[in-house]
Amino acid sequence: MMNLAVVLPVLAVLIGIRFAKPSMLGWVTAWWLAAWVVLDFGFAVPVPKTVVKEFMGIISLALAAYVTSDPQRWREVREPTTAFLTERKFLPLLVLVTLAIPAAVAASIYFDMTAPAQAPIFGRTVHPAPPATLTVHEVTHDMQTLDNPYRKLEASDPAAFAVHVEAGRKIYYENCFYCHGDLMQGGGMFAHALNPIPTNFQDSGTIAMLQESFLFWRVSKGGPGLPEEGGPWMSAMPAWENFLTEEEIWEVILFLYDFTEQRPRALHVASGGEGH
Amino acid sequence: MKKSYILIALVVLLAGAGVVSELATFMDGRLAYESPQAIDHEAPTPRELALQEQAAEATKEAQEQPYVEEKYREFPVIGSRVAVWMAAQLHLLFAAFVLAVPIFALIIELIGYKTGDKRYDDLAYEFTKLLSTAFSFTATLGALLTFLLIALYPHFMNYLMHVFSPTFLPYVLLFFLEAVFLYSYYYGWHAFSKRVHLCLGLGLNLVGTAIMFIANAWLTFMMTPAGVAASGARISTWEAVTNYTWMPINIHRMIANVAFGGSVAAAYAAFQFLKAKTPEERAHYDWMGYIGNFVAIAALLPLPFAGYWLASEIYAFSQTMGLTMMGGAFSWLFIIQAILIGNLFLAANYYLWLGMGRIEGAERFRSYIKYLLIVITGCFLVWATPRSILATVDEVQAMGGSSHPALGFLGVMSAKNTAVNILILTTYISFLLYRRSGRIPTVKWAKAGNAVQFAIFALAATTVLFFGIYGYFVEAAVRIKFSVPQVGSVLAAMILVTVIDIFLLRGAKETETRWGQISNTSQYVLIFLAVTFTWLMGLMGYVRSGLRQHWHVYGVIRDTSPDAFTPTLGFATKVVSVTVLIFFAFLGVVFWLASLGGKHGKPEVAVEALDGGDV
Repeated sequence: MMNLAVVLPVLAVLIGIRFAKPSMLGWVTAWWLAAWVVLDFGFAVPVPKTVVKEFMGIISLALAAYVTSDPQRWREVREPTTAFLTERKFLPLLVLVTLAIPAAVAASIYFDMTAPAQAPIFGRTVHPAPPATLTVHEVTHDMQTLDNPYRKLEASDPAAFAVHVEAGRKIYYENCFYCHGDLMQGGGMFAHALNPIPTNFQDSGTIAMLQESFLFWRVSKGGPGLPEEGGPWMSAMPAWENFLTEEEIWEVILFLYDFTEQRPRALHVASGGEGH
Repeated sequence: MKKSYILIALVVLLAGAGVVSELATFMDGRLAYESPQAIDHEAPTPRELALQEQAAEATKEAQEQPYVEEKYREFPVIGSRVAVWMAAQLHLLFAAFVLAVPIFALIIELIGYKTGDKRYDDLAYEFTKLLSTAFSFTATLGALLTFLLIALYPHFMNYLMHVFSPTFLPYVLLFFLEAVFLYSYYYGWHAFSKRVHLCLGLGLNLVGTAIMFIANAWLTFMMTPAGVAASGARISTWEAVTNYTWMPINIHRMIANVAFGGSVAAAYAAFQFLKAKTPEERAHYDWMGYIGNFVAIAALLPLPFAGYWLASEIYAFSQTMGLTMMGGAFSWLFIIQAILIGNLFLAANYYLWLGMGRIEGAERFRSYIKYLLIVITGCFLVWATPRSILATVDEVQAMGGSSHPALGFLGVMSAKNTAVNILILTTYISFLLYRRSGRIPTVKWAKAGNAVQFAIFALAATTVLFFGIYGYFVEAAVRIKFSVPQVGSVLAAMILVTVIDIFLLRGAKETETRWGQISNTSQYVLIFLAVTFTWLMGLMGYVRSGLRQHWHVYGVIRDTSPDAFTPTLGFATKVVSVTVLIFFAFLGVVFWLASLGGKHGKPEVAVEALDGGDV
């Protein structure tokens, strides 16, 4: 999860600086740099730049609050800064810093402009909003009350439930695993050709957050059935209602939860829901 | 010589007669030319005839055209939706202020009445001074909103009248009553006996709350309609009023109004502090700003809980709407919301820490600030962590999806609930330290009391963390219920610790509080808090209203206007920002007028008199 080759040296440097008893300005600068290095390089999977910027903004605010909330700390930062900007002995360094700022901006623009072309950043919506009703194989369902018809067998008839799960396993490995992968992590053999890549069902933030009716909607209607709102969508998921029966769709959903050991979000029994 | 004069006179006379005669002839010609009688005799030209025919035809067509009811009309340049959006937001901001100030003005007045401390009475009066101009702004903006709605959305307004017409007369009567109560409360401050005056304040609050409840029925009906058939036909107005989100919005708005009103009143005090010329004025407005901010933060603390209730009711009403809000297009706005609320908490704590500088003996608590700051920053970071991250294609490929394998755990509700509860607890600790700064307990059981307080905090934090972590291992339906023990433990801890603190500090040795001796930065923090509260209200108002998407009344009356699309997040935030700027420009006028009224009655409270004036 963390890149220890970066995190441990950063910690060691911070501890070293602690013993060196630096000035307040030095201490705050060290903390700021340490936070930036850990966020930008300290994770095994790099943190996206948008999050690094957001986090650094918050950390900068917190450090500013720390320094200015105490008159003595603020003086310890303000005085050397003022001296640096006004005293003659710092002039060469000040000139260097003054030149370095536009140079850094220029370098940043240069690297941005010469970077290889990439598709624009896409704010993907994880859970598109389902419709109020859903028609599959000419049967219309109310999404508010729709539930997996085999789910109740889990308690009442475990043997029958296991048969349906097993049927779902077969359907999954005949149809779904090419994209979603044999471990359901979204890493199937076709996944590398897709952008965005298929959903990782092992992630506790995906199917565990959803009711089974939601999965039924997504599996049956696929990418073409995504709502107008929140678009443009990018999904290569086929509309499986063209290839599977309703029973098969419910069975494969049972298998998704069984394999990932997740529980579906319980049906919200809303007294007066959709109350018009 | 005489002859020559006579000759010259004759020549001039003749020339004059000639000029007069010429002029008379010219004028006669002119008048004759322009005379209507002269024109009447002339035959109309073919062009004039054609024009006359055209005009007659147009008149005939106008007379014959059937009456067609317009569904929508277009507002120039910015469009109908933005016009109504901005007018509604401005009206709501002023209305929130006008409803909130009487709540805490009445409480402060009551404290003054019970304790006999005139400072509180003066402070309540000063808060109330802001009301009369703000009330006029509210009414004017309300009229503007109504006219815009009727002019731009006539068909839809007709429908709303079909459902809610029985509520209009009570609304107008209550509004009239509010004017009566408000002006008699303000102008009768020194005219009535205190008890009568307090009753007037109570009446003002009751009537104001009733008005808000009625208006809330209209807008919540649009979100979560009830009491109508699928066709839209009215079945029961009462059911339409008491729809699914009506009470959650009532409660959420009431608390949020107090937080907002407190912050705006604190900003007024900051504005006065910054232009104060004497130590007395600085001391007075420093204290007023502190009280305003205390009111704002006290209301902010329970606000997230009310917000969760509202969100859960929206989800319960419609899964589609719930997912659009928390997992769909609107979910990005909640990241902006998290950053704004994080800033509010950070700024509120920062103000308290700066305020410790004016209290003698506060130095002993200074070392705690850094630990509080670390916890607040940590919670802020967790709250602002997006579940679904804006990332480049390479970054998405590296992450294996749109959520980060490590940070993704912080993007879900278990982490967010935990962060916000710890944030609230930490802010409360900051307040407690501030309160303790000027007081040294003298009771015998002080050490034991402190230990019990510490144990309560530790227990509450452990409970919050336990349920936060456990939430990752249970299904969503169970996880949602964990917010109850989390919230319950934090609220219980705050109540218990406060009760212990009251007894602990009885007869405590008090140190000097040097009101007015605080940095100007603290006053800018108060203004920042007011601006952030206002911006946040604008943003969340947009989320609540925008959730209906292409529906006027969700699932019942479809919006078929050209504006029936969800604007981009950037556009929405720009509209909110411009509205906030206009609001503060108007508020500047309110502040200016309020300060004019006070020019003959500058604060009489001496600096010394404010010592220990605290909450």
